[in-house]
Amino acid sequence: MSFPWANEYKPQNAVTKWVDERLPLPRLVYNAVGAGYPVPRNLNYFWNFGVLAGVALVIQIVTGIVLAMHYYASVDGAFNSVEHIMRDVNAGWFIRYAHMNGASFFFIVVYIHIFRGLFYGSYKAPREMIWLLGVVIFLLMMATAFMGYVLPWGQMSFWGAQVITGFFSAIPLVGEPLRQLLLGGFAPDQAALNRFFSLHYLLPFVIAGVIILHVWALHIPGSSNPTGVSVKAEQDTVPFHPYYTAKDGFGLGVFLIGFVAITFFAPNLLGHPDNYIQANPLSTPAHIVPEWYFLPFYAILKAFTVNFGIPFTGIVLIEAKLMGVLAMFGSILLLFFLPWLDTSPVRSGHYRPLFRKFFWYGLIPSLVVLTYCGAQPPYTQWVVLSQIAAAYYFAHFLIILPIVSRIERPLPLPNSITEAVTGKPLQTATA
Amino acid sequence: MVRLIAFLVGVFFSGMLLIGLGDTIIGAIKEPAVPTAEHEFHKMPLAEKFPHDGPLGKYDKGQLQRGLKVYAEVCSACHSLKLVSFRDFAALGYDEEQVKAIAKGWKTEVPSINPETGEPATRPGIPADRIPSPFPNEVAARAANNNALPPDLSLITKARANGPAYVYSLLIGYEETQPAELLKKFPDAKTPDGLHYNPYFANLNIAMAAPLAADDQVTYDDGTKATKAQMAKDVAAFLTWTAEPKMENRKSAGWAALGFLIIFTVLAWMSYKSIWADKKH
Repeated sequence: MSFPWANEYKPQNAVTKWVDERLPLPRLVYNAVGAGYPVPRNLNYFWNFGVLAGVALVIQIVTGIVLAMHYYASVDGAFNSVEHIMRDVNAGWFIRYAHMNGASFFFIVVYIHIFRGLFYGSYKAPREMIWLLGVVIFLLMMATAFMGYVLPWGQMSFWGAQVITGFFSAIPLVGEPLRQLLLGGFAPDQAALNRFFSLHYLLPFVIAGVIILHVWALHIPGSSNPTGVSVKAEQDTVPFHPYYTAKDGFGLGVFLIGFVAITFFAPNLLGHPDNYIQANPLSTPAHIVPEWYFLPFYAILKAFTVNFGIPFTGIVLIEAKLMGVLAMFGSILLLFFLPWLDTSPVRSGHYRPLFRKFFWYGLIPSLVVLTYCGAQPPYTQWVVLSQIAAAYYFAHFLIILPIVSRIERPLPLPNSITEAVTGKPLQTATA
Repeated sequence: MVRLIAFLVGVFFSGMLLIGLGDTIIGAIKEPAVPTAEHEFHKMPLAEKFPHDGPLGKYDKGQLQRGLKVYAEVCSACHSLKLVSFRDFAALGYDEEQVKAIAKGWKTEVPSINPETGEPATRPGIPADRIPSPFPNEVAARAANNNALPPDLSLITKARANGPAYVYSLLIGYEETQPAELLKKFPDAKTPDGLHYNPYFANLNIAMAAPLAADDQVTYDDGTKATKAQMAKDVAAFLTWTAEPKMENRKSAGWAALGFLIIFTVLAWMSYKSIWADKKH
């Protein structure tokens, strides 16, 4: 911990003293999310979403463990075991709907958490490691969510698995054998369902492990803040507890109200009707779409329509399908390089006039368009829109951001967090 | 180096997308999308209201009982309801004796074995049984239905977009003849023999003949006039219940949870404000 003024844990009685000398777990909690962690005093509500994402993971693990007690991973029985949970298990409908919508809400809060990081430059030095671990968590979440969606073995489960594992067959030479190795067969079947269930149960605990690293890495430099100006003195900070536990408590209430409203009053709003039809390998749905949180990436995949080759010779170097797959994975993997693409020393988007324009008028609209187009049938207008939006998406991160960082003249930064908040200059004992 | 590689990758991906964009537009100009009959004549479900709609909606038990009667006398000739048991009908307002009577009197008996010979046999239903299916297997179902498979109806209202309104619209949406305009514009889209024109069905031609052919096809016990629209609406409500039998529990639990959370959130807000009272932020 790099803040000399951080409160120190003091055991209050003989028992806590005894524990502290043998296993200082209360000390760890105190320093991690208690009064021992100084946090900038000016965090806005966007800084609630890290805690909310943690809560969402806990909701998923708790409801998921109960579901696994009643679920039966078999191509003949899985669909009916989910319906058994919905109809016959005590409060099973609640557990199942909470898990189903919990996945969506997990992605909602994580997307807001990522946008917070993108806008306020939370990925910049000295917080690169937090960002990298965050991207790892995001990838693990996507894998977990995909495999979870397969488990009810409805039509979209089956055909989604068919399409997604089909990506691997786009890889030259080894693609098809690799796909069969992953699925344990020629098509999604019992072997695939069993291993997806096994991994779907495993990965959340891997995510929990990486979250520990993510939070550990966070506690080295401490939290960033909306001004992006580093903490300079004690007046810039407040202890996490009670200040941010109280604020997070309020944020949690608002989050849960939204979650409960959807789970209890519109539980199928975010799902697809076809998944209430049992999987049938002989009947392809008219229109295969993934869950909403994968739509932007699905739109990028579908946006690549021409082969890359040598013009006028007919020689194809990279087929459109493979390029779509590479771009789809690339669209997420590029986030790993973000700390080195955006070289501006100013963190917060508030003080970056040019960056801010590209962020609000370029990146956000392109993601909205991609999400919308991802769910549409392949009509010309949707393909055109997703091609424009996807082209902007790659250009934003790979071309525009590095150039903007170079040519932009940032606005003057406040001298300190305290000055930004109170309007009075920071006064320190030493200064 | 990272930025150079990123720039090249960015130029490659964005460039290929823009080339693709040109290609898509040229393709659309050269070969404009051909309109299809499905695209132009398919109708969205009618905006029909049900008593169970909305966060306060509850099932109308009288309507569910009427819907059960329509299902039992009409739909169940071809469509199974595999996920529902006779015992579940207690939720429609029937008492134990009535449920037993419904199970016993169901027109399809439950598959069983002869206790003496072990030969396949059937026996009358009991409340613990699932609703027996009209056909023993898919092959038999297809054989009896011109090779079309009547889907199981347990989840049908959740397996179709805007399900209850869809079922209602489909049942009353049959048209004797195709619109003249359709045939004029798409001469090849004539409804094939053995299929039936219904604009609410995705591809306009459905294998099922109009199941509700005339008013008073079902005689309601509560004196409600059994018009086609009434029967369609009642059976749509019944199939909403079969798909979501716990809906009323869900909504009432939802209000309790919301009430609790609103109080929690107000208290959390007040403690947040009081803790931060002397801290400008």
